[in-house]
Amino acid sequence: MTIPPPTTSAQPEPQAATALRHKDLLGIADLTPEEIQLILNTAEAMKEIGLRTIKKVPALRGKTVVNLFFEPSTRTRTSFEIAEKRLSADTLNIAIASSSVVKGETLADTALTLEAMNPDMIVLRHSSSGAGHLLSRICKSSIINAGDGTHEHPTQALLDAYTIRGRKGRIAGLKVAIVGDLLHSRVLRSNVHLLTRLGAEVWVCGPPTLIPVGIASLGVKVTHRVDEAVEGADVIMLLRIQLERMQGAYFPSLREYFSVFGMTEARVRLAKDDVIIMHPGPMNRGVEIASEVADGPFSVILDQVANGVAVRMAVLYLLAGGVEQHEEAS
Amino acid sequence: MKRLLRGGRVVDPATGIDGHFDVLIDGDRIAKVGKDLPVDGAEVLEIPAGFIISPGLIDMHVHLREPGQEHKETVATGTSAAIAGGFTAVACMPNTTPINDNANVTSYILAKAREANLARVYPIGAVSRGSKGEFLADIADMRGAGCVALSDDGWPVRTALMMRRALEYAGMFGMPVIDHCEDPSLRADGVAHEGCCAGILGLKGIPAAAESIMAARDILLSEVTGSAVHIAHMSARTSLREVRKGKEVGIRVTCEVTPHHFTLTDDALAAPVPYDTNTKMNPPLREVADRDSMIAGIADGSIDAIATDHAPHHYDEKKVEFDQAPFGIVGLETAVSLTFDRLVHAGVIGLSRMVALLSTNPARILSIPGGTLAEGSLADITILAPDLKVRVAAASMRTRSKNMPFEGWELRGGVAATIVGGRTLYANPDAGLRI
Repeated sequence: MTIPPPTTSAQPEPQAATALRHKDLLGIADLTPEEIQLILNTAEAMKEIGLRTIKKVPALRGKTVVNLFFEPSTRTRTSFEIAEKRLSADTLNIAIASSSVVKGETLADTALTLEAMNPDMIVLRHSSSGAGHLLSRICKSSIINAGDGTHEHPTQALLDAYTIRGRKGRIAGLKVAIVGDLLHSRVLRSNVHLLTRLGAEVWVCGPPTLIPVGIASLGVKVTHRVDEAVEGADVIMLLRIQLERMQGAYFPSLREYFSVFGMTEARVRLAKDDVIIMHPGPMNRGVEIASEVADGPFSVILDQVANGVAVRMAVLYLLAGGVEQHEEAS
Repeated sequence: MKRLLRGGRVVDPATGIDGHFDVLIDGDRIAKVGKDLPVDGAEVLEIPAGFIISPGLIDMHVHLREPGQEHKETVATGTSAAIAGGFTAVACMPNTTPINDNANVTSYILAKAREANLARVYPIGAVSRGSKGEFLADIADMRGAGCVALSDDGWPVRTALMMRRALEYAGMFGMPVIDHCEDPSLRADGVAHEGCCAGILGLKGIPAAAESIMAARDILLSEVTGSAVHIAHMSARTSLREVRKGKEVGIRVTCEVTPHHFTLTDDALAAPVPYDTNTKMNPPLREVADRDSMIAGIADGSIDAIATDHAPHHYDEKKVEFDQAPFGIVGLETAVSLTFDRLVHAGVIGLSRMVALLSTNPARILSIPGGTLAEGSLADITILAPDLKVRVAAASMRTRSKNMPFEGWELRGGVAATIVGGRTLYANPDAGLRI
């Protein structure tokens, strides 16, 4: 299953699609480059709404969106909720601790129960990879994957791409270094699908214990030498190192991880002069990223958060049939 | 009562017979196999020339779930599925509730089998008490009650010492130890083959080495003890390498492969149905090189048996998140068609080898009656229709559970009829055999 790496020579940006003809957004793997462009272009318009005095448009008026979160989440859930409210959707937050699900109702039954009340969309965060696929087979509602296990977190990758495009004007041909716990990261998988589709040169870096088998088949370059990954990079993206990973013998200590892979100012200097530093959060300062870098001039970490709302508005709008409705109306 | 099967091609590797012969059944025994046998008052059963008369097929690895998990399967429903799948006998694994680690449970299973009166049932007893790997189970008692082999299937025998003791002790009774090979530390909480597909889908991997390390260990222990070890549901090419090395130096190792491991690969995790829990089994569907290696091992004779690992699970249990679902699929009613379609018609093996894998060798490995049409042996016969068009449909299956990834598959080759102890227990209406 070896897929040749995408060519990274300056290629034209793909044309945007005219509509997102999907019921669900389960992963970037299901999207074409043209559909990704459509979402990013739509997010531009959505961002403007967030800058108005009255930050609300009636696009999703009368639509019901359920935020169904089986894992604790502050930023993703909040971001979706703000996006939904700015589009005038009726929103409902359901947070279920996974432990109570083990004792009680199955995910399938929870989904059927919600479905019986006829929502339009379900935003799902779940600890099992593929949970969104299960829901999508059961529900008529659109399912938006807000993170499933270690599989995908598509809106995070979209907001990352939006942030990169905003800063660099393009994605094709950029060198992007992703450093951290690749194995357990859904953000990694979504970003690899997205960035390779749009023609970036993607390097992934971490200890061999934290690199998923087969990731190279997605057309990325894999290295264990962080200097090689960041050298000449346009974008450096850090992934969170979960503190409990030491118990799994993935690496000896946080101190050693930081000394071998931590993003320090010295390492950042190996990258391009206008490099941007990204992190999907939450950060472990002093583990995967030095505070000086997180708070430094190249950091766009808070831009990512801000852009998340616009990108999620775009996804909600497009999945609700936004463009097509608009065309019908005109 | 005498019955004369006339017109089919008899394939019996145990006696070396392969050709058009008549088979005379007297009561529950084979009376004679020969050309133009006199009718002599026998009931004549005409078999079309293209059909195969095989010694009854034996599935040496099934889960009948009784006692304790009757919502998944019972001895009655499982043996009904067996005869519909062409199997005249099955060997059932001990991971019931309670575990078959004592003669009472063995006797209970056999009582249920007598009650059902369908396929023959040969219980496999647990290696260790509760299959916990701590103390040996009541092996002599279970032998006395009717167990033919030992296995902690579902749970690997963790320590080399326990496996050594089990092999030594079982050897005294001539019972093989059927080995679920899986190093628990390497398997950890994996749910799918460690490879590109699981990596991209974000599923925790079970490396092939988890199987092969324990296979290698237990082949060495078989050498140390001189007892027979049988590697269950082998899936990895590195395990096959260990089996071949063992056989080369005369170690008493045999092995089986399931139809799903010679048919599917881990690509099935992603398509046609992403995260389909009917593609979740243990050992997991491996990558193409492993699947192809299993096919090569079947062709060259290093693999001894095809066994289904028939693992019924209720649909409630499978209709959950992939990582929460139980491992396993049902296989009794698809094994023959998959073997025909993927191995015989694909040119991998001939009919004689097919019968050896599904009948002769399982009987030999378990030292049970059957596996041959020699005069005086049990009149357990499977009549096969090599060109029958089969469309797999869970709804028409007899097994109580319907968990399998082959729905709607169209396969060439199937079962025409199943005869156990001289009684025709199954005649496939699609095969058009009047029997």
